Amino acid sequence: MLVEKEMRQVLASELSKYMEIDESIVVVDADLARANGTLGLREKFPDRALDVGVAECNMASVAAGLASYGFKPFITSFCPFATRRICDQITISIVYAKQNVKIVGTDPGLSAEFNGGTHMSVEDIGVLRSIPGMVIFEPVDQVQLYKAFPQILEYEGPMYIRLFRKKPDLIFDEDSYEFDLFKVDTLVEGTDVTLFASGIQVKQALDAAEMLKKDGISAEVINVHTIKPIDKSGIIESARKTGCVVTCENHNIHGGLGSAIAEVLSEHYPVPMKYIGFNDCFSIVGRTKPLLEKFGMTKDHIYEKALEVIKMKKKLSVDCWD
Amino acid sequence: MRIDNYNDLEKKCREIRYLTFDAIGNLGVGHLGGCLSAIDALVVLYYRHMNIDPKNVKMEGRDRFVLSKAHAGPALYSILADLGVFDKKELYTLNQIDTNLPSHADMVRTPGIDMTAGSLGQGLSCAVGIAIGSKIKKDNARIYCMIGDGESNEGQIWEAAMYAAHMKLDNLIAFTDHNKMQLDGQTSEINDLEPLVNKWTSFGWNTYRVDGHDVKAIDEAITKAKEVKGKPSMIILDTIKGKGISFIEAKWMNNHNINVTPEEHKAGLEELLKGGF
Repeated sequence: MLVEKEMRQVLASELSKYMEIDESIVVVDADLARANGTLGLREKFPDRALDVGVAECNMASVAAGLASYGFKPFITSFCPFATRRICDQITISIVYAKQNVKIVGTDPGLSAEFNGGTHMSVEDIGVLRSIPGMVIFEPVDQVQLYKAFPQILEYEGPMYIRLFRKKPDLIFDEDSYEFDLFKVDTLVEGTDVTLFASGIQVKQALDAAEMLKKDGISAEVINVHTIKPIDKSGIIESARKTGCVVTCENHNIHGGLGSAIAEVLSEHYPVPMKYIGFNDCFSIVGRTKPLLEKFGMTKDHIYEKALEVIKMKKKLSVDCWD
Repeated sequence: MRIDNYNDLEKKCREIRYLTFDAIGNLGVGHLGGCLSAIDALVVLYYRHMNIDPKNVKMEGRDRFVLSKAHAGPALYSILADLGVFDKKELYTLNQIDTNLPSHADMVRTPGIDMTAGSLGQGLSCAVGIAIGSKIKKDNARIYCMIGDGESNEGQIWEAAMYAAHMKLDNLIAFTDHNKMQLDGQTSEINDLEPLVNKWTSFGWNTYRVDGHDVKAIDEAITKAKEVKGKPSMIILDTIKGKGISFIEAKWMNNHNINVTPEEHKAGLEELLKGGF
């Protein structure tokens, strides 16, 4: 059962499954295979599960070399070391050179918990989002990751997979969920406000929607699992329906999901917007729950922001946007 | 395309210098110093050792070359054009809008270029990845790479060096174009590389140091390196930045990326022609 598994276990078991079928898949770790669940792969695939040691730059460029030779490399590290540390290697060796490398970063944002601020990536999406052609995918739960795997492999090109490492709240139903890498998932339909959420913030948004429902407010909850390229039509369609938006992300509100949605809506369908996420600050060490509280990222904060945008919407003449 | 005779190889070096200098001279600016220092090794490699098919540059199992000091792209383009990968006329599109020949070697744009580089330090890691790929496929390809001496300041070079030795990549042969100059001055004064042979040897590489303008010495080093089992090889090339054109050599302190006047263009071509090819 997927529900019993951690995300890293799903990553490892899916890699193992597809490595058996496809001899071109290789994994390149940088001394975090034990943490990321990929350590066991080298027993089964000694030639294709590599570890360069604590040398992330080398990991990225070695992977690019392998990709140029017809392989499909997955590189893994913690989010900050899989992104900001190797931004140039990703940009030049991988993306500029059009190499099919999948970059797996784990422990996004505050989920690094006791590893603290140095390990908490609040900037990784922003850093990678500005690289032309980069795909950024943040799976929410085990089911979504599992369902995404064939499409991840099918997509020929660089992709960043921002992976919560442990056991997240289960959002999707294994039997009925149909995944599309480039389409948003509407989790709850609503008419008064849209809550766009990614990663661990999806659960907070769903809980906030429940709170709003009790007040008679109909909130639409949409999971944006692929932040780039973003599903423009899915976002515009919901904004057109509800007329106001709150974005919820485990990332700096500058450069991440909120910015990506604002870019779409400001050009195509401007509506009042509020942002949940790190307000241009670094995170600190601690457990997830108190950190969400400290940085204003709980369901209560989302609820408050939803009320604020609804108020803003009411103040504006809706007609002027059409 | 194979040239057996060292005299003819030397002639080919002059011819490639002529083509390279003409393309850069035609444009009026370029990375002359590092192109001219690298040419002899590139010629020995492409006309004596590389298993490639100029008519089928994507041939399976071919040897690969990564120009990590990618600013020597124009030198490599001259060789590829001379081998017939593309027309020599294309050399004169260097750095023009929509050219396939940018200053820095780019596999996406240029037929015959095996890897994109340009941000220094990355190409050797890419070559390591390619060499591992070849080992996995067991296709017996040989992977060559050229780095610069200034480039050797990059930490990633040494990450790649350590890992290549760890992986026993005896299918990898790299060169350091040691022209002793980097952009801001002499390598010995900016961030001294010496003892460079000891560095590579202690990193687990089979290492040679040869006169980088002596085609026989380069050829012999490559031939020996091919026989070595269980470790990668580094051939350090003692070179002169701007080699082959007297007044460019004379500017050795500052010929990394320089302007070429129409008069210099003409004079340089005449000097190269005098050498004969």
